[in-house]
Amino acid sequence: MNDAAHADAPIDEGNRLQAFVYALQECLRSALGSIRSHRMRSFLTMLGVIIGVASVICIVSLLQGLTRSVMNEFQGIGGNTLHVHAETPREDRMLGKWARLKPEDLDLLKYRVAGISNVTPMTGLNLPGGLRNGSNTSGAQIFATTSWYQLANQSFPSAGRFITDSDNNSRRRVIVLGDKARSDLKLPEDCIGEFIQVGGEWFKVVGLMEARGEMFGQSMDNYAVIPFETGRALAGPWREPNMAILLTVDDLDAVTDVKSRITVMLRRAHKIGPDQADDFQIESSQTMTETIQRVAGTITLVISAVVGISLLVGGVGIMNIMLVSVTERTREIGIAKALGAPRSFILMQFLIEAMVLAVIGGIIGIGFGWLLGELAAKMIPHFPPPAVPWWAIVGATGFSALVGVLFGILPARRAANLAPIDALRHE
Amino acid sequence: MIELRGIGKTYQMGTTELVALADINLQIARNEYVALIGPSGSGKSTMMNVLGCLDLPTTGAYTLDGETVAGLSEDQLARVRNRKIGFIFQSYYLMPRTTIADNVAQPLIYRGLAPSVRRERANAALARVGLEERVLHKPNELSGGQRQRVAIARALVGRPNVLLADEPTGNLDSKTAREIMGVFSDLHREGMTIIIVTHDAAIAACCRRVIRLHDGRIVEDREQAGAVAVDA
Repeated sequence: MNDAAHADAPIDEGNRLQAFVYALQECLRSALGSIRSHRMRSFLTMLGVIIGVASVICIVSLLQGLTRSVMNEFQGIGGNTLHVHAETPREDRMLGKWARLKPEDLDLLKYRVAGISNVTPMTGLNLPGGLRNGSNTSGAQIFATTSWYQLANQSFPSAGRFITDSDNNSRRRVIVLGDKARSDLKLPEDCIGEFIQVGGEWFKVVGLMEARGEMFGQSMDNYAVIPFETGRALAGPWREPNMAILLTVDDLDAVTDVKSRITVMLRRAHKIGPDQADDFQIESSQTMTETIQRVAGTITLVISAVVGISLLVGGVGIMNIMLVSVTERTREIGIAKALGAPRSFILMQFLIEAMVLAVIGGIIGIGFGWLLGELAAKMIPHFPPPAVPWWAIVGATGFSALVGVLFGILPARRAANLAPIDALRHE
Repeated sequence: MIELRGIGKTYQMGTTELVALADINLQIARNEYVALIGPSGSGKSTMMNVLGCLDLPTTGAYTLDGETVAGLSEDQLARVRNRKIGFIFQSYYLMPRTTIADNVAQPLIYRGLAPSVRRERANAALARVGLEERVLHKPNELSGGQRQRVAIARALVGRPNVLLADEPTGNLDSKTAREIMGVFSDLHREGMTIIIVTHDAAIAACCRRVIRLHDGRIVEDREQAGAVAVDA
């Protein structure tokens, strides 16, 4: 017997890690067993976490889907396209002064700035009567531009041709239609050569643009293009067109340089003092996507913070039930202690149980939130499909675990601090 | 192996002091078979708690297997309980949701033993009390006597120096009680040190040495030879 008593040598440094792994394994097993034996109660306990995580995942997935679809739209424009338009500084706006880009600015960019090409003016026209084909009308956006638009905007005709330099120079009355504008005017697919009315004047349809589909339920094909000079003539010589300038930068690495060169040039031309704000804005698809990402990021952050609070409430629910569970299992804890369970083991056992509860809740919440997102996207017409990003899954699981551990500390400490004889005597 | 010198235990009950044990001097050698008897309130349970390192005495020195117990931390006491003492309780104190095998293996978890080793030893311990067929049953599927056998297997699995049994037959009918006492006698024959706390004279009659407590003091300590025959 003497030999038998010393058969288990004290745990030496070598296998302490292994002993810890075994203990961890045992705690996990006991946690799952305890959760399984109280299914209903465990589920209700997790409910706070489930709802919290589900709402984060749902909203994040919708937002991600939205940003992704917007990004895909912008990707077609190309990273080296710049879009210069007038932007009235706020002080000027209050004075009633409105900034404009003028044809001189166009020439300035075309001839005085190196490293750019496809410099294209673009101006929206508000013509009385709009587009008309017999009794059919279209509310399509009409804008006037030049042949360079195709390259600068990366959009090309699918049938017929685009506006040419010769159209522009001789102010020809020709028009290129977007697909939505064509169908609104009840024109056949093959409509090249037809004549329609633009602001009361007859125009010949020379081309049809490739369809671009919808974004946010808004058709991207509801537009029509006429030559820039024709547009100026239609608007009348007394009206200065409110135009934007599209251009492409030859070297993608030089985008920032080109931007600052254009800024210097335009500021000088517009006689803007050193402490005055620009009266124009230069946007690239990059800045636009950055803006969208920033906005989506901010929304995600705010919502995550709000939902974080609901997760904390869920954590309190877990703590509450764990405290009840410790009281219920006082006898069990007493037995474990009598059999030689150290404080740390009991502590770990209850911490892991709280954590497992929270993590299971989190995982159910992820699934539920994903379903909810899909459902919401289906119910809102033309909403892009949602996407659950991996960081949301990792974050939600991690945060749930953190909540579980945090709110498990109090019950676990209570369990670990029970005196063995009192716990054994507990009825 | 067990040595108590001047052990005293007082509880503070509000303003009054309750003396549970006073000036206990006792030596128990290896392979002794001891009954601790006395009426309720005599200090038996406190004695059992002190012997089992579940509670520390207020005064005096307790040496168990050469190790001084006084002044040990809670975790050190847990370690002593885990390695040197096998507990058997009146109401078995088994874990209701786990199998017999897992119940028996539980003390070995706290030693950091691998699951396979734990299972092997638990099965061996269960075989020793004649329950090898029942390893995968839950405690509530067994009779009282079988449950107490499981508890004995759990006490034995850690190969302790001493078995401490607190009214081990208190919840059993006399026939089953005799069977359980038979198990203890067998263990004693095999060299185990056994201390049984009881108020049942018939149980005490099975032991080799009887220590009677009264008002927290030892009032009788006698050897009784050849009293092992339980089947008589």
